[in-house]
Amino acid sequence: MAESILTLENVAVAFGALRAVDGVSTTVTRGERRALIGPNGAGKTTLFNAVTGMYPPTEGRVVFEGADVTRMPPEKRAARGMARTFQITNLFNQLTVEENMLLALRGLSPKKFSLFGRRDFDGDERERADRALDRVRLGGRRNTEVRELSYGEQRQLELALSLVMKPTLLLLDEPAAGLSPNERSIVVEIIRELPRDLTLVLIEHDMDLVLGLVDNVTCLHEGRILVEATPDAIRGNAAVQEVYLGKPRHA
Amino acid sequence: MSSVLSTASRTSSPRTTAIFFAGSVALLAILPAVLPTYHVSVATQILIFGLFAMSIDILAGYAGRTSLGHGAIFGTATYVVLYGVANAGLPLALAIPLAVVAATLLAAIFAALAIRTTGVYFLLLTLALGMIVWGICLRWSVVTGGENGIRGDIRPAFIGDARSFYYVTLGCSVVLTWAMWRFIRSPFGLTLSGIRDSESRMRSLGYNVSLHLFIGFVMSGVFAGLAGALYALFNNFVSPSTVALTQSVTGLLMAIVGGVGTLFGALIGSFVMIALENFVSFYTQRWLTVLGLVFIFTMIFAPAGVLGTIRVLRARRQG
Repeated sequence: MAESILTLENVAVAFGALRAVDGVSTTVTRGERRALIGPNGAGKTTLFNAVTGMYPPTEGRVVFEGADVTRMPPEKRAARGMARTFQITNLFNQLTVEENMLLALRGLSPKKFSLFGRRDFDGDERERADRALDRVRLGGRRNTEVRELSYGEQRQLELALSLVMKPTLLLLDEPAAGLSPNERSIVVEIIRELPRDLTLVLIEHDMDLVLGLVDNVTCLHEGRILVEATPDAIRGNAAVQEVYLGKPRHA
Repeated sequence: MSSVLSTASRTSSPRTTAIFFAGSVALLAILPAVLPTYHVSVATQILIFGLFAMSIDILAGYAGRTSLGHGAIFGTATYVVLYGVANAGLPLALAIPLAVVAATLLAAIFAALAIRTTGVYFLLLTLALGMIVWGICLRWSVVTGGENGIRGDIRPAFIGDARSFYYVTLGCSVVLTWAMWRFIRSPFGLTLSGIRDSESRMRSLGYNVSLHLFIGFVMSGVFAGLAGALYALFNNFVSPSTVALTQSVTGLLMAIVGGVGTLFGALIGSFVMIALENFVSFYTQRWLTVLGLVFIFTMIFAPAGVLGTIRVLRARRQG
């Protein structure tokens, strides 16, 4: 059996009386591509936040790369190889693409504490940044300020920031949300080209987009796992169709 | 307000900056030759407050944290220099480093308490901390002289006259301005801008946001303290008004008038405010009213400040 990279044991996140995530247990194996689907409000992004440490789980355990990270702040999880993108683009808007890449490159390097040094690329940094930017087709936009990029380009930069950290686990929160069909296909293409040893967990609303990209699908509904299966099995699953199409349960 | 305060932060190219910097220094160096003594002294004051306003801009413009406690940090250094030399009989060469250490420690305390807050909460917390320092300076009269403050002719004889002291201040200003510019352009300075734009993204990239803000605040305090120590030499007098809220507000207004997030704009702001204060004082006692009006007009007509507006216009012209 393949080695597990991320294990969730009975993870719950409660906001007061609302249990946004309610006892989720699953295991993602190394190199796997997993999609997290479910209707609005199913708890997908909250589960991401519990995994990355933005909101620590109120119950349960998160085990990443063999270590219990349940109470670890996001920056320490990042240092262990976990990277994420955000559903609503979360970039450094007043900085250029290149400066965004510099920040992403140095999050885990002591160079971030250089108080009076030069901020320019150093050693292999430029090469790494170029490789990530080329991968997301932003090679020509290095000196553009983020707020001047199109929305699609911002989504591509979201990906580049995570990729340049050389993560072992990449969590993508609706990477294609709000994009035109053309921009969508670019993002799908980028995801398809990612190295196979990188473990991916992907939130996406659009089932058609997801099903061709991943090995397994977890469908969340009201904070709980409804089904966990291969894309083909999900496609024919009555329960999944029900939550997506909103058919009354006891019709 | 914070969105307005964080506009126009794009810094010019290093070459433009170097030319601008060299030109300004050359201009400032010939000033004493053409100005009467009183105006040389005003120019000295402008430089010192320019440094102070720049230290505030490091936080306001680059880390997105607007402090109203920097007057207390600045004034604490002034107090320590004057107390050390005039009351405790310390040599100036010891009193100045002690003053900077005191300002740094105070900044570290402020930072530890304030960095977890943002926006108006950060503003209010630093304001309250500054008020505490003001209260201590007012009440602890055995050390601070209470309302009377501390007076002492502490400036060494060789820089006793206004012109030579102006050159000392100019020299310090060049070095400190350069150091602050290097600081905000450093890899660390970039992390402060990153925190200003998105804290959650910084955390998921592996940055300890609190630690970076703490270091940024303390460094800003070091520069404010250095300016405060210079001010002790300039003024030969300190009283609670040096650490009061008005001082913090004046420094912040200078940064805003010059252009938050432009660093050098703070010097322009200092020039505008001090020149205006001197000019207005000929005609009216109501300086604070004028100050309020300046602030309102800046916010309405040029929220990016003098230098910020110049940059916006230039960028527009270049298309």
